[in-house]
Amino acid sequence: MPSFLTPDPGLLFWMLIAFLVVFILLAKYGFPIITGMVEKRKQFIDESLSSAREANEKLANIKAECQSLLKEAQERQSQILKEATQTSNQIIAESKEKAQEEAARIIEDARRQIQAETEKAQRDIRSQVADLSLQIAGKILSREMQKEEEQDRWIDQVLSQIPNS
Amino acid sequence: MNCLRNRIALLVGSLLLMIAPVSADNADKEEGKIDVQEIVLGHTGDAHEWHITTWGETHISIPLPVIFMANDGSWHCFSSARFHHSKDGKYEGFYIPSEGENNGKICEVVNGQEQTVKLDISLTKNVVQLWIIVLLMLFIFIGCARWYRNKRADSDAPKGFVGFIEMFVMMVNDDIIKACIGEKHYKRFAPYLLTAFFFIFLSNLIGLVPIFPGGANLTGNLAVTLVLALFTFLAINIFGNKEYWLDIFWPKVPTWLKCPVPMMPVIELFGIFTKPFALMVRLFANIFAGHAIVLSLTCVIFITCQLGALIGSGLSFVSVVMMIFMDCLELLVAFIQAYVFTMLSAVFIGLAHQEEHEEHSADTPANIQIQR
Repeated sequence: MPSFLTPDPGLLFWMLIAFLVVFILLAKYGFPIITGMVEKRKQFIDESLSSAREANEKLANIKAECQSLLKEAQERQSQILKEATQTSNQIIAESKEKAQEEAARIIEDARRQIQAETEKAQRDIRSQVADLSLQIAGKILSREMQKEEEQDRWIDQVLSQIPNS
Repeated sequence: MNCLRNRIALLVGSLLLMIAPVSADNADKEEGKIDVQEIVLGHTGDAHEWHITTWGETHISIPLPVIFMANDGSWHCFSSARFHHSKDGKYEGFYIPSEGENNGKICEVVNGQEQTVKLDISLTKNVVQLWIIVLLMLFIFIGCARWYRNKRADSDAPKGFVGFIEMFVMMVNDDIIKACIGEKHYKRFAPYLLTAFFFIFLSNLIGLVPIFPGGANLTGNLAVTLVLALFTFLAINIFGNKEYWLDIFWPKVPTWLKCPVPMMPVIELFGIFTKPFALMVRLFANIFAGHAIVLSLTCVIFITCQLGALIGSGLSFVSVVMMIFMDCLELLVAFIQAYVFTMLSAVFIGLAHQEEHEEHSADTPANIQIQR
């Protein structure tokens, strides 16, 4: 048998020792540390990914919520604005109406007062005129009636007028 | 595969159009005759010294310590350089014959007969290479693991070399081990399989480097693959569950195949040993063959150079192209064999951890044949 086909006991012995040494040392201080660390990192990355996904979802939710809130606010704003316009319009219209009414009333009052005043003034004037005319008439009469013939003529005149009136 | 000297000679020779058909490798052989088999086997085998090059008549090599128990039970330990210091190559009565049955082994003369020593645990070339790889692995992986100290899960991922090693380790861990054993049981076997993968891969790669600190044909040595296969065998059978053993001794086949004559159980029992055996032989044969081919192609240069300058340079060119191709192929094989060894080990371990409800079809002898 060729020499390379017969395992050499010396090399067998050393190989056994050397491989055991390297195996025990690496199994204790080598590979498990490397693979363990990679496992840990993998786990960490997985966790980070899932938490990132969660956060993203949350963010999206918040965004949607924000959007809806904003929309709602906008709607409310427009509604409030609309209402305000309406109210103001109404108020303006009302006040206009009131003002018109008031104005009309004042004008009416004024007119009435003016009329009353005018009437009163007319009445005053009339009575004064009557008074004056009476006084004047009296004075004129008294002067006219001083003569007898005059008195007679006047009485005749008045008497002639009576059936006419 | 200590073929640096060959390659230096090849380069110089190719440039000078091979003026002198003298190979540095066989300077000590008579009339420049080349024994390809001896070169190949010598370089793929083990040695008590680490031969670097031969320059003219001077051997440049690193002497390695020799430790052995002689036939009388006494232990000896000295440098292999002492064999060369005496004229007859003997030291304290021990010597290494360069030919014959005990070629390359430490021998002594007992009762007038040449005998190998009882137990030779010298630090040979392969053993030194083995320890270099062990130290390299410890340096790389414990160094990388140390990087993770004071790091938390939310620290940045490593960059550069540590990042590369992490990626490589996780590739083997996830794509081979986890995929083949299954999510549930793989954690217990991951350190062994990772160690085996990187040990084989590094050994294969360093074996391709032709100069010190590489060049020994470690994974192309049966003793090394035997130990690796033995560990896989233990990992399969020690941790195998009830279903695994039931499948071996009472497989789900027609009763006549297992009741009076336990045909299937015998085949299955045999399969327990053939699986690791196949692993052992596959790795050994692939790496050994790769080294042998590259060495043979190198030898082609020196053989053809003896035929003449023109043929020599022409064929040397072809040979160099082939060698470059083979070395590239060997790089691929270095990875593939480590991958295959780890994957099949993982598959076998996975088969020993099948759940009851799973199909057992993968563990039939036919499949074992395919896997071999």
